[in-house]
Amino acid sequence: MTEPGLYHILTLSALLFCTGMYGFFTRRNLITLLMSVELMLNSVNLNLVAFDRYVWPEKTEGLFFSLFIIAVAAAEAALAIAIIIHLYRTHKSIDVQEAEELKY
Amino acid sequence: MIYTVLVLLIVLFPLAGFLFPALWGRSLFKKSAGPLTVVLMTFSFLLSAYFAYLYFFEFGYQQGAYRRFLFPDIPWLEFSGALAIRMGAYIDAVSVMMLLTVTFVSLMVHVYSLWYMKHQERYAAYFAYLSLFTFSMLGLVLSSNIFQMYFFWELVGVSSFLLIGFYYQKPAAAAAAKKAFIVTRFADVGFFIGILILSFSAGSMDFETILHKLTTPGSDALNTAAAQTFLGISALSWGAALVFMGAAGKSALFPLHIWLPDAMEGPTPVSALIHAATMVVAGVFLIARLFPLYAITVPGVQEFIAWVSAVTALMAALIACVQTDIKRILAFSTMSQIGLMMLSLGVAKYEAGPVPGYTASLFHLFTHALFKSLLFLCAGIMIHFVHNNSIWKMGGLRKYLPLTHLFFLAGCLAISGIPPFSGFFSKEEILLAAYRNYFPLYVLVLITSAVTAFYMFRMYFRTFWFYNLKGPTEKETEIEVPALIPLVLLAIGAVLGGFIPFGNFVTSDGHRMPFHFDVRFSLLPVILNLAGIFVAMWFYKTKNKRSDIVQEKAWKLYLLLSEKFYVDHLYEFITRKVIFQVIGRSAAWFDKNIVDGMVNLSGEATQYVSAAFRKLQSGKVQLYALYFLLAILALALITILK
Repeated sequence: MTEPGLYHILTLSALLFCTGMYGFFTRRNLITLLMSVELMLNSVNLNLVAFDRYVWPEKTEGLFFSLFIIAVAAAEAALAIAIIIHLYRTHKSIDVQEAEELKY
Repeated sequence: MIYTVLVLLIVLFPLAGFLFPALWGRSLFKKSAGPLTVVLMTFSFLLSAYFAYLYFFEFGYQQGAYRRFLFPDIPWLEFSGALAIRMGAYIDAVSVMMLLTVTFVSLMVHVYSLWYMKHQERYAAYFAYLSLFTFSMLGLVLSSNIFQMYFFWELVGVSSFLLIGFYYQKPAAAAAAKKAFIVTRFADVGFFIGILILSFSAGSMDFETILHKLTTPGSDALNTAAAQTFLGISALSWGAALVFMGAAGKSALFPLHIWLPDAMEGPTPVSALIHAATMVVAGVFLIARLFPLYAITVPGVQEFIAWVSAVTALMAALIACVQTDIKRILAFSTMSQIGLMMLSLGVAKYEAGPVPGYTASLFHLFTHALFKSLLFLCAGIMIHFVHNNSIWKMGGLRKYLPLTHLFFLAGCLAISGIPPFSGFFSKEEILLAAYRNYFPLYVLVLITSAVTAFYMFRMYFRTFWFYNLKGPTEKETEIEVPALIPLVLLAIGAVLGGFIPFGNFVTSDGHRMPFHFDVRFSLLPVILNLAGIFVAMWFYKTKNKRSDIVQEKAWKLYLLLSEKFYVDHLYEFITRKVIFQVIGRSAAWFDKNIVDGMVNLSGEATQYVSAAFRKLQSGKVQLYALYFLLAILALALITILK
């Protein structure tokens, strides 16, 4: 088994991103949407790490940046779930189509 | 230095007379505003008398001529090295004479008003306005540059507005005040453009520089200004004519005279002030100031002035013959006399040495100020006595108002040019100037003068003789003693004012010019004037129907005159039919449809566009994400394809 190259990883990351996007556009459950967003974020992380490893191995920005994103994503997930819970309390539903009041 | 202080004090006393009653007229000076302003005016008059004495007999006459001085001369607005507006007092024989006349007549009117306006509403305001009027006129005659004059010119306009509309509860008075203000303002637009043209041509606003640069033949300023033409007339002529337009508006010359008869709505002492010393003579004064410009540089405009004033003088005299309101008769007589003053300036040819027509004009201004204010103050007493303005309601007043009768007669004789009353001398000089320079106008002046004698004595006989008015039910006093003083002083002036050797003081170039009287020349006008008086006597001395018969026979002429040659109707037609209907309507249409339409269009367009964009904001999170994605894709595409 040869070690996977940059392109392999990028392809994987693109697939991951598309999966996330597909989920984001098609699902209506807010929790699923949140999960899709996490998928997309992770694909970006993968990209960053891959570039860091293969293109600029002497630098560490990519690594640190992906660490930041993980932290931010964690915080965001906590926030999003809080919003969802609140939404459920007011709407008795976590369907994204039902929550349209924000336009006002 | 002492002269500067003197001049400033003369002007500042009336200003104080305005400020104190205006600021504390309802509290501190509610009762004392009248005496206060009288005291201040007395100071002002005494100082100007002293200053006139100093000027004419001490420091003014140097090396054989009266000199010009500037006390003070302060730069006020400096735009650039070349153009600066200065504020100063231009002291020469004319302005000193005017100072004396204005303060004297104003003081007389102030004193008289103490009696006339007693127990009136807004007593303090009245005296405040009166003092403001005097202050403005003093500032006007002292102006050292044309811009400063414009300043005070407008102040005069404002104060006349305030005084004419003093009884603003009466709709007629409010309308008259507005009319006076709008007509003179309209003329002032011309005046202002004229100022700009003249000062642009001369590169300065100072009278001295303007006159110097624009009257020296062959000077650069003159050549440049003469080279520019508009509608075939040189720019300079336009400037001079437009300045004359302003003067015509203030001096009520045809066709801008329509405000003057209506201005009679103001209190009678105000009419005396407007007609004698302030306001209407401002135009004459302005043209006299710029006299060399008209006489040397633009003789065409000067001839125009002469004709306009001749038409005004004759027209006003004819109209006065059929008026029934005593104040209106006096108003038209003022128009006529002002026309004569202007005419004298218009016919005077420039010559080396003093110009007789110039002196004649200012001499007549001086004597007219005395006898016209006297006449108005007498008319005030008569109106006060009869409680009516119409001369048909008067008659036989000589029994009830013996003193007024005497004074009024003196005024009538003076204005009719009967020797040895003051008007005779000044009119004689005007006639002489017209005779020497422009014979057709001499004939017109002769006719005007005879007609003047007729209508003045028509008024005199109709009010003091004719039939006997029923005695007043309650005993009314003719006049109180303090108010009598101005009448006595003015009557003395009206009778003896002509004996002042005016040519020794006020001339166009400062050199003394003795008057020569030629009895043969005076004979014709005096006979004509006497004829006018006798005709009036025949008609009106005793009660008879003669005038009614003439009126019926010549009813067309009567109508023409009593409708004032239909000039007011013409204005009415122009404003109501032409300006309001044609111009006003189309402008209103343009405003409503085009201007408002554009505003509405932009509003509607915004609404429409935002309604379209509004649909984008659906509140659906996934849709937003889709826009986001599409935008990113589009950006990526642009980057890749580039």
